[in-house]
Amino acid sequence: MISVEHLTKCYGDFMAVDDLTFTINEGHVYGFLGPNGAGKTTTMNIMTGCLSATQGHVKIDGHDIFDEPDEAKKLIGYLPEQPPLYMNESPREYLHFVGKAKGLHGEELKQQIEKVILQTKIETVCHKRISALSKGYRQRVGIAQALLGSPKVIILDEPTVGLDPIQIIEIRDLIKELGQTHTVILSSHILSEVQAICDQILIINRGKLIAFDKPDNLEKQLLAPNEISITTDAAEEDVCKVLSGIECVSEFETFSDETGYTKGTIKNDHDNIYDVSRDVFYAFAKNEMALLEMSLKKANLEDIFLELTEEKDAAVQIAAEQPETVEPEQQDDLKESEVGEG
Amino acid sequence: MIAILEHELKSYFHSLTAYVFGAFLLLFIGIGSMLYNLQAAVSNFEFVLSFSSIVFVVIVPILTMRVIAEERKQKTDQLLYSLPISTTEVILGKYLALLVVYLIPLCIVSIYPLIFSQYGDVYLLTSYGSIVAFFVLGAALIALGVFISSLTENQGLAAGIGIAAILLNYFSVSLAEYVSATSFGSVVALAVFAALLGLLIRYLTKNRNLAYGVTLVLLLALTVTAYIDASVFEGLLPKIMKQLSLFERFEVFVNGVFDMTGIFYYLSVIVFFLFLSVQSLEKRRYN
Repeated sequence: MISVEHLTKCYGDFMAVDDLTFTINEGHVYGFLGPNGAGKTTTMNIMTGCLSATQGHVKIDGHDIFDEPDEAKKLIGYLPEQPPLYMNESPREYLHFVGKAKGLHGEELKQQIEKVILQTKIETVCHKRISALSKGYRQRVGIAQALLGSPKVIILDEPTVGLDPIQIIEIRDLIKELGQTHTVILSSHILSEVQAICDQILIINRGKLIAFDKPDNLEKQLLAPNEISITTDAAEEDVCKVLSGIECVSEFETFSDETGYTKGTIKNDHDNIYDVSRDVFYAFAKNEMALLEMSLKKANLEDIFLELTEEKDAAVQIAAEQPETVEPEQQDDLKESEVGEG
Repeated sequence: MIAILEHELKSYFHSLTAYVFGAFLLLFIGIGSMLYNLQAAVSNFEFVLSFSSIVFVVIVPILTMRVIAEERKQKTDQLLYSLPISTTEVILGKYLALLVVYLIPLCIVSIYPLIFSQYGDVYLLTSYGSIVAFFVLGAALIALGVFISSLTENQGLAAGIGIAAILLNYFSVSLAEYVSATSFGSVVALAVFAALLGLLIRYLTKNRNLAYGVTLVLLLALTVTAYIDASVFEGLLPKIMKQLSLFERFEVFVNGVFDMTGIFYYLSVIVFFLFLSVQSLEKRRYN
């Protein structure tokens, strides 16, 4: 469907995209993941013909975006990071213009406009001026514009940025729905979002593709050592004693906080993490010490992302801070709030 | 292209731009007709147009300032790039919309000579000849305005530069009398032009070597010609200033000559600036 070959883009001396090569097949939701400034937007702009490339080719269904721009662009619907809206028009007028520019006319144009208005659920606002719409609705109008002309590929650049949590969920559902009939490519720097929507993930950093796989495979491929974190009300030295007595525990850390509880993290390279947790449970039970909390932490996309993108020392620093200071539940909260802010 | 044209026209007539432009043009030509045709009882309508041509200094930049600058500012240019239409079509669509906005008040104006001819002898051929020339003159200035708007994303700046450029052009003939007519003066002025051209090339292409190369070649050619025969440059600067004046060409039509070279001159100015506007839009894709 889309093949990108040796794509390179330089801004002066700065390499925004560095020899990127990948192929995208029909009918999936693809996620472009990468930190800010990784080259996501640049790549998308080149793929949609908004920007030239220093080197390389982009082919949409066999049509080169530079040599046959009209044919290639007809196959793509693009929503840039900032929705390109004319503020003093109504969504209906705006869609009319975009539809006409995409070569639709007459009855077909009318039908398509009605269809995308229903699909993006903007029928209640489609007579207001766009400048009076909320950010969520503007985003929807932007998506509606991309859907006109029923292109095979829909490219969305950070579609959920700046939206509130409810709007984010709505937009995500919309994207999932679109994924059933179109090929969708979206970019994001929010991991949970990509994990939730995408079938395939492309991780890019500093203009280079560093991973391209299914989310599950990525996790398997780069599984960090399994961790068990525990909380107990016993004294720290007793906990140490018990833990060092367990056979399959290779490494552990403990510390006690002001509340009088002792917390510990157990790292191991055992195949089955439940064997380890069973042993830990019985060991504490035998010593009549109450385990107040025990939770398993598997490697998630976040770790993979950090491992792949961050420099080594930075990654070590974050890995050292996170598991000890943040409870698993809180971590979930953090993710949620990240979503809210993002 | 039709989509762009339709969209632009809609936006001009939904906002005040088209109406303000038309009102100003009609007001000026109206005042001119009052003074010349009614009060002074002159039967030549072309003098009115000659008098009103200064209104372009204000109304053309007002009309054209937003045409591309606004797209950049609102980031809607991204949409235009991603749609299956070429940059040439975008510029042509926008330019034709501007011409329509300009043509509507001019249609009203072209009734005036007919009205006046009811009450006296009006030589209609020169009147309509100069109305056509007036239209082409305005069209050339609008093309210049479109180009200036494509250089910046700040509407105010586009209007400012536009007013300055058109004003300079308007007065360039009167100024030509005051500039140095010696060969040395002309050489210096041409050297400055060459440097400015180099700067423009550098800005448009971001290619330093090309800009330096062009400037260097021009300067070298200048020095060599000045060395061989300095008399070539005698009075050259005032002549160039007169030749470049769009308004000066219009005076020929006012004097009753329908000058085809003038029409071609205006048309080539239009093509030149529209071409530059397309390049300026394309340039955004390359950096």
